[in-house]
Amino acid sequence: MNNVSREAYLVTPLHASRFTLMYKLILATRYLLKRRITYFAVLAVALCVFIVVVVMTVMAGLVGDFKQKNHDFTGDCVVGSESLVGFPYYEDYVDMLEASEFVEGVSEVIRSYGLLSPQGRDLTRGVEIMGLDPARHSRATGFGDTLHHRRDDAAKAFVPSYDPNLPGCVLGIDLALQRDSNSRYAYDSSPSRIGFSISCFPLTARGALAGAGTALANTKTFYYSDHSHSGLARVDDSIIYLPFDEAQALCGMSGQTKRINAIHIKFKPDVKLKTGCEEARRLWSIFKSEKANESQAYLLNTVTVQDWKLYGRALIAAMEKEQMIMGVMFGFVGIVTVFIVLVVFYMLISHKSKDIGVLRSIGVSGFDIVELFGGFALAVGLAGSCLGVLGGWQFLLRINSIERWLFEHFEFQVWDRTMFAIGDIPSEISPRVLAVIVFSAIAACLIGALVPSWQAARLKPVETLQVNQL
Amino acid sequence: MNNDDVILKAERLDKSYRMGATRVEVLRGLDLTVKRGEFVAIIGASGSGKSTLLHILGALDKPDKGAVSFEGRQLGRQSGRELNRFRNKVVGFVFQFYHLLDELSVLENVFLPAMASRSILGWFGCRRRAKRRAMELLVQLGLGERVKHKPYQLSGGERQRVAIARALMNEPKLLLADEPTGNLDSATGNGILDVLEKLNKAGQTIVMVTHDNRIARRAGRIITLADGKIRT
Repeated sequence: MNNVSREAYLVTPLHASRFTLMYKLILATRYLLKRRITYFAVLAVALCVFIVVVVMTVMAGLVGDFKQKNHDFTGDCVVGSESLVGFPYYEDYVDMLEASEFVEGVSEVIRSYGLLSPQGRDLTRGVEIMGLDPARHSRATGFGDTLHHRRDDAAKAFVPSYDPNLPGCVLGIDLALQRDSNSRYAYDSSPSRIGFSISCFPLTARGALAGAGTALANTKTFYYSDHSHSGLARVDDSIIYLPFDEAQALCGMSGQTKRINAIHIKFKPDVKLKTGCEEARRLWSIFKSEKANESQAYLLNTVTVQDWKLYGRALIAAMEKEQMIMGVMFGFVGIVTVFIVLVVFYMLISHKSKDIGVLRSIGVSGFDIVELFGGFALAVGLAGSCLGVLGGWQFLLRINSIERWLFEHFEFQVWDRTMFAIGDIPSEISPRVLAVIVFSAIAACLIGALVPSWQAARLKPVETLQVNQL
Repeated sequence: MNNDDVILKAERLDKSYRMGATRVEVLRGLDLTVKRGEFVAIIGASGSGKSTLLHILGALDKPDKGAVSFEGRQLGRQSGRELNRFRNKVVGFVFQFYHLLDELSVLENVFLPAMASRSILGWFGCRRRAKRRAMELLVQLGLGERVKHKPYQLSGGERQRVAIARALMNEPKLLLADEPTGNLDSATGNGILDVLEKLNKAGQTIVMVTHDNRIARRAGRIITLADGKIRT
């Protein structure tokens, strides 16, 4: 037997345990492939990753889409007043903005409320009025892209194609169109000749009703020239866009000292949002001090300069909060994963105590045992994450087809399109979100395996190798 | 006795275990000396502390009192890393229940001690030689045709021969066998004892624990353990 020669490798010193990888790789892989119980751990991780990938992608898509639509609707910055009275002398400030180097587009806007009555129908409803110059507003915001018939020539948004001499109006899409049985809009090939009577209650510079004692309301008929689909439910369901001058007159802001409610600004592409807003604020400050002695200067005190995020914070913050709550909820899913992995590893290590004793008897250290089961946990995490990501990716690729199929066969829709202003369900996976999910899943596996591995490392080989332990 | 001949020395070993409310004293001031190239059988009744003694001699357990010296170096004074190295390079264990890893093939089980002591690069450097040695051992133990099998596909005798091959992989100076035939029928057990005898004749120092006098008689020296001491 001892004619087997003493090989040179025998004199190689025992390496530091952290480098003795090979048998750990082999054993970790074999445990993963040969033990059925580990399939459950992999499956648990895969399911959690799948759910989180799908939900986070859809949520991130919805929030991102919602923010983008708000940005498109608002422009980069809004200088405006919450007051319906508005503010005067705006022409000079607009001149200052247009002369500056950081501004690409400026649009003066009238915002008020009124009553809308379609001609020939006994129906009156409250609407929000936005008076704007469509060409200027399209340069400052994404308004032009929301139009249907005049998308390529936004300047003619208020020119009805059936009679260019009539005063036109653009309706929010939900005011203009009906939805079909699939909750999709039934688009018209060209706008129909429909007149809308718009009534407004003009206010004086002091905020009193301008027509008190006479006719309280200013009323004028406008004709449907186009509709606007901003993708924001609150906007598309309640706003009617009118020509700037007409809206200003209707709202009583076109007197000797003209007033507006807001100025929407778009910065040049190389100007950062924060820088642009600071510059707009600085110019407003100069403008305000120049007008300090004017008779209606007090109205300028109600004006604020806000970036689009701050301007739409009431809606965006709610959406972000919802996303955060979802994140917290799925954090709990992660905790459940940790627990499942812990239970599986606890069971597995209990069954593998003999192996641990054998490994210790051939000189493997306790730290090596932790590394072995840590490697095993890593393998479980990687396998589960890969399966989960693959499943999530495939599901997201088909999520809209699946939703359509569900609607066609069971009339089930995840988001009722009459309530939620979304077209398709977002399905674009963000690599950053994906990396965070995979990293978290692997970390969850390692955390779940930590306690059982540590216990395994502390097992006394003598106890594990005893006959009554088998 | 020349000191150079002594490979293993145990002096005044005490070891006790707690069993419920009582404390069982297993070893009581045990002294033992093993010479290089000896085949020693430790015999004793069940529960007499034979396996405990073997585990202490192989640094798998620690005595409460007393000292174990291997080639003049006290095991109790060595660090954890040195003891790991001792278990990997210097001693080889053969257990009653073989204790092979089910996930590994016969060949992998045998070269596991060589692989466990090496870095990934070190392993790739000596992989061929280690596999060759494992193969040679398996062929010499009559398992040349079983290298790719899994332990559960082998008979008890074959498993024990694999366990012996694993214990010999790093050419240990001392082979510790804990009831190596305890789980085998008589004929198979004799086969295993033949292997151990052959190893001893080739110069291998062996300490074997058994409760069977007939098996112990195959060793060069028999030590009887009773009441926690060597009975002379």
